[in-house]
Amino acid sequence: MSVTAAPAARGARPAAPGVASARARAALYWIARHAIAVALAIMFLGPLAFVALTALMTDRQALTADLWPDSWNWGNFAEVFERAPLLRWLGNTMLYAGLSTAFMLLSSIPVAYALARFRFRGRNLAFFGVIAMMMLPPQVVAVPIYLVWARFELTGTLWPLILPMLLGDAFSIFLLRQFLVTIPREYTDAAKVDGCSDLRVLLKVVLPMARPAIAAVALFGFFYCWNDYYGPLLYTSTAPEQWTLSLGLASFRSLHSVQWNLTMAATLLVMAPVIIVFFFAQRVFIEGVTLTGVKG
Amino acid sequence: MAITVPPGGAPRAARPRGEGRKALLWASPWLIGFGLFFAYPLAATVYFSFHRYDLFSLEFIGLDNYRHLLGDDRAHTAMRNTLWLVAFMVPAQTVFALGVAQLLTRLKAGAGFFRTVFYLPSLVPMVAGTVAFVFILNPATGPVNQALALLGVTGPDWFGDPAWAKPGLTLLAMWGAGNTVVIFLAALLDVPRHLYEAAAIDGAGAWRQFRDITLPTISPVIMFSAVTGVIYALQYFTQAMVAARVASGVTDSPGSSFVPGYPEGATLTLPQWLFHQGFRDFTMGYACVLALVMFAASTLLTLVLLRRFSAFTADGEGS
Repeated sequence: MSVTAAPAARGARPAAPGVASARARAALYWIARHAIAVALAIMFLGPLAFVALTALMTDRQALTADLWPDSWNWGNFAEVFERAPLLRWLGNTMLYAGLSTAFMLLSSIPVAYALARFRFRGRNLAFFGVIAMMMLPPQVVAVPIYLVWARFELTGTLWPLILPMLLGDAFSIFLLRQFLVTIPREYTDAAKVDGCSDLRVLLKVVLPMARPAIAAVALFGFFYCWNDYYGPLLYTSTAPEQWTLSLGLASFRSLHSVQWNLTMAATLLVMAPVIIVFFFAQRVFIEGVTLTGVKG
Repeated sequence: MAITVPPGGAPRAARPRGEGRKALLWASPWLIGFGLFFAYPLAATVYFSFHRYDLFSLEFIGLDNYRHLLGDDRAHTAMRNTLWLVAFMVPAQTVFALGVAQLLTRLKAGAGFFRTVFYLPSLVPMVAGTVAFVFILNPATGPVNQALALLGVTGPDWFGDPAWAKPGLTLLAMWGAGNTVVIFLAALLDVPRHLYEAAAIDGAGAWRQFRDITLPTISPVIMFSAVTGVIYALQYFTQAMVAARVASGVTDSPGSSFVPGYPEGATLTLPQWLFHQGFRDFTMGYACVLALVMFAASTLLTLVLLRRFSAFTADGEGS
């Protein structure tokens, strides 16, 4: 890249010896940059590695300062399943994340399309409303919403978190709309001239073109729910049979106070699905993140 | 709004108005949601803030809840902690992410691999990442303090020490800054290459190029990321709560002795205090006052964001 070229360009004015030292400097910079990158990579991966190594130690060794397990106790993972209803937490988490994501897509795509394509008075106002809702910290409106769900006797379940997704999610609407406005109008207009209804245009023309954005929104939505702690804590902290993985994991250490190895094994088990999905869908994630930030 | 005539000039080309009813129909789910989950609860929050409410009895008490806020030391601690996060955690995360992204643009070997590695931790569930960090920063057995000991430095007590708990959370935030790194990386790669080449010919070094070309070009993206970072800092809840729970070993559930903010209120933030007042102590009227404080702060920041980024709402049609 250009910076590596800079010393060479300056060194080119004298003669041969300057070129050689410039080349040596460029090589040194190359090494320095990659050394920093490797050091950073170790810092980024280190925590995950320590979690994994501790998860495999014996109860006693996990309380020492050792980094490397003396013996590999794979049974710790099985023990976590015995100690905590991990599968139930997993099931609840899947229900919460899966249904929420499906509902969110169903309700948000038409709204985003209307905001991106239809021309009507108040469109900017409506879009401002979406942004206002997106920026609202969820805690601000928690009390009245909680009271409504309490009246329907749905507190103590995850439904207060799932059902609202049927009415659109502001962040998803925003993101989809930002993508849909970039689809050239010619495509949708041409389909309309051919006599397609708006719904058909959306299904046959727009959705196939918007697949990357929809995939990104779906993944973000799913992971938001998967990682959510505040929502399940608010509604299900008194109903342990409804706990999600995040909620269960947060209380795991207090239940098994000194067994760091089991706590770390549980932590690793909660991390694992996310990491596995990431390796299969890496591109979708990175493109999606880029979509959220570059529109500034 | 400009009327764009599509090439080919279809006679039925959409006019500025006339799609209002259709739009209303298509957007109706969200409009209902806006009423139910935004407008109504916001109005109700204001209403409750003038009442004493404990789930059973509702009593009008005028401004008493607001007066209580003035004398509530924990609320003040929470606000100070939030300011700390804004002053230190957000800049640390932003500058760190920018540095990492800049480094990524300069790597010739393994750039894809490093990008994956730097992004990965941001996906780790927050609760799992926080539990892991409490362990890694454990003063007695954690690897960080052991590494410091090798250098002859006595590591701090991190999540057990009021002075070091927030720096510990900042490290966690930097570890999870992968999202911001990816956003910055995309912005850096968008800077026109010829600007650098021209500067290099003029003899500008790497730092001058960064300061005079890179920073001005990507400053909207940095600004956007910083403001969203601040809005996020206002909502800071999960990591602080979980770190306090795991480090203190006390569970939070209705009726438990858990008071957020361990150690000594160092990790207490406004949303946690709101949660505690509203859903653990059931002083819901007062919780609504705290909610309105949060609302005022986030609204102010959102307006700053919108003002700075009118492009944010542009419809991409040259209106």
